[in-house]
Amino acid sequence: MLSSLRSGVQFLWRVPSRALQTTSTLQHDSLFVHRDTLEDNSSIPFEFSPANQKRVDALLAIYPEGHKRGAMIPLLDLAQRQNGGWLPISAMHKVAEVLNLPRMRVYEVATFYTMFIRRPIGKYHVQVCTTTPCWLRGSDVVLNAIKEATGCEVGGNSPCGKFSISEVECLGACVNAPMIQVNDDYYEDLTVEDTKEIIDKLKKDEKPMPGPRSGRFASEPLGGLTSLTEEPTGPGFGLQDALKS
Amino acid sequence: MAGALVRVIQRTKTNLGIVAPLANGINNVPVRYQQSQAPPAKSKFGPLADNDRVFTNLYGRHDWRLKGAMARGDWYMTKEILLKGTDWIVNELKTSGLRGRGGAGFPTGMKWSFMNKPSDGRPKYLVVNADEGEPGTCKDREIMRHDPHKLVEGCLIAGRAMGAQAAYIYIRGEFYNEASNLQVAIAEAYQAGLIGKNACGSGYDFDVYVHRGAGAYICGEETALIESIEGKQGKPRLKPPFPADVGLFGCPTTVNNVETIAVAPTICRRSGKWFASFGRPRNSGTKLFNISGHVNTPCTVEEEMSIPLKELIERHAGGVCGGWDNLLAIIPGGSSTPLIPKDVCETVLMDFDGLVAAQTSLGTAAIIVMDKSTDIVKAIARLIMFYKHESCGQCTPCREGVSWMNKIIYRMVDGNASPKEIDMLWEISKQIEGHTICALGDGAAWPVQGLIRHFRPELERRMEAWASANGPSKAERLY
Repeated sequence: MLSSLRSGVQFLWRVPSRALQTTSTLQHDSLFVHRDTLEDNSSIPFEFSPANQKRVDALLAIYPEGHKRGAMIPLLDLAQRQNGGWLPISAMHKVAEVLNLPRMRVYEVATFYTMFIRRPIGKYHVQVCTTTPCWLRGSDVVLNAIKEATGCEVGGNSPCGKFSISEVECLGACVNAPMIQVNDDYYEDLTVEDTKEIIDKLKKDEKPMPGPRSGRFASEPLGGLTSLTEEPTGPGFGLQDALKS
Repeated sequence: MAGALVRVIQRTKTNLGIVAPLANGINNVPVRYQQSQAPPAKSKFGPLADNDRVFTNLYGRHDWRLKGAMARGDWYMTKEILLKGTDWIVNELKTSGLRGRGGAGFPTGMKWSFMNKPSDGRPKYLVVNADEGEPGTCKDREIMRHDPHKLVEGCLIAGRAMGAQAAYIYIRGEFYNEASNLQVAIAEAYQAGLIGKNACGSGYDFDVYVHRGAGAYICGEETALIESIEGKQGKPRLKPPFPADVGLFGCPTTVNNVETIAVAPTICRRSGKWFASFGRPRNSGTKLFNISGHVNTPCTVEEEMSIPLKELIERHAGGVCGGWDNLLAIIPGGSSTPLIPKDVCETVLMDFDGLVAAQTSLGTAAIIVMDKSTDIVKAIARLIMFYKHESCGQCTPCREGVSWMNKIIYRMVDGNASPKEIDMLWEISKQIEGHTICALGDGAAWPVQGLIRHFRPELERRMEAWASANGPSKAERLY
């Protein structure tokens, strides 16, 4: 009887019937804290390879003395590339050592930027753009085709371990929508068939042809140019009088 | 943020128009209008002739390396331009009326002249913003992969105009192949002696560096970009001090968009007057337009400013899918600008003033077309999710407010909401707008405001449909 009274009172008072929130919901695609695992813990050593050590020196050289910290993002990226596409905590420690910074400064940066992936991922990181311009052109079906072909969920690794899928925000190829990025390459103007073909090729470790799939070269309108049909003008065309000597 | 400023000025002007006779009668002070120049002689804008285009290799049909670039007229008489000196270059830019191409539309010549204060011994830097991430925008990518020498030469000329010693080009991390093209172009320019010590033989030393980002939309904001180059989280700084006083590494810095920098050499060569002959006064020049979404042939194209939106789409993008009558709405300047419905699209001119008059903004001139098959609420909801994801979390109105908007608007997609919540959503967006350090909050608020302004009946219709199928929504019962 009491319970029915309570619900009646609640109806009268119109008390918001929200449940108590005990944990914050996940606001980001990845966890912000580090958890020690077998593949990723600070006792695993990380050193830059000799070839990459040269790149480290070249990267440090472009920042002025006293501001070597600027090289942090390029160095983390280099470490991630050396480590097969993801960034272990020991690599962050190494970067902190190179830059002579407290480790916390590196953790801050590594968690802020979405391109630093702090969990082991597959050989091919498939990033599907699903922001509005791509969504309008059918990125949902492309995403589903990739999920089906790889057996992988968004934010996870495929059972074979070769693929990881991420749903990402605008990748800046909107006139070539829908598009995906696999590691460093863009695959644009996709249909479901193209997507399947790309995944099939990657499964066989062949490199699919990057770029638009609709038959165009870049961002020109398909089926005939509407501008830039003439040969480009040469040096000095339309030169202003002040420069003519 | 400067976009907002422009809008306020515009409104004041129209208000002034009403009270002007009264004010004149009392104070006898002439009312100053924004457009004090003579009425434009030109009334038809576009299409642009091929030999008036700045980006002649936009589609990558020609060689992008140094040899090809020089054959197309890049690096021609660069030394003479540099030797003309700072004032000449800045004046040329001022005459051209070039306004920043990154979204806010600040006059470039004026921005460069801020750097010419008496030196206090600190080095000066030019930073080029190539962190192109605004949904709909993909113009800088074409410049960097197909015309990188225009950008490198632009860095040199802009650097000379502000007395900078180095340029940092901050390119978004996802553009790996574009960054490598750019790096090749820079290496070629160094080898040919065009940049570096004694650049082009002008006696001026100038370095150009590429810095790759790592995937954060917020780093497109100038102070966040500076923080990011310094190796920190990309969180915008409070202004003032402005970057022209304290910027990169604590030194005076100017941040410019790629397109702004890349058109500068051509302006200097062909004169500011030539550039100013395109488009309406105060909106002069040529501009790269990205047309994406529901059009037959999406493309990037360089056109004259002030070209009518309808003509732009019909001429270059093959028209709207299913014909012009199938059009629902257009987002005219990248995701942060409010959408405009079909009847506005019929007549609106694509320039700063024309779009401000239509209660939207030119932004980056990235046109997202949506036809009648579009779930317009979902399209805007997806944009809000984008902003929720990309908010840096520094200011509470943006961090929390955009999350709230995201939750509410995703319920509105299904109709599971109360009509009273439309006003609540409007209120939240107004509370975010202008109450944050950077313009991301404004950019997140404007699409929602555009949706409510033009598609309120659609939102109400969905709620009615949902209520008749499922009974009153929880929100309806609670509020």
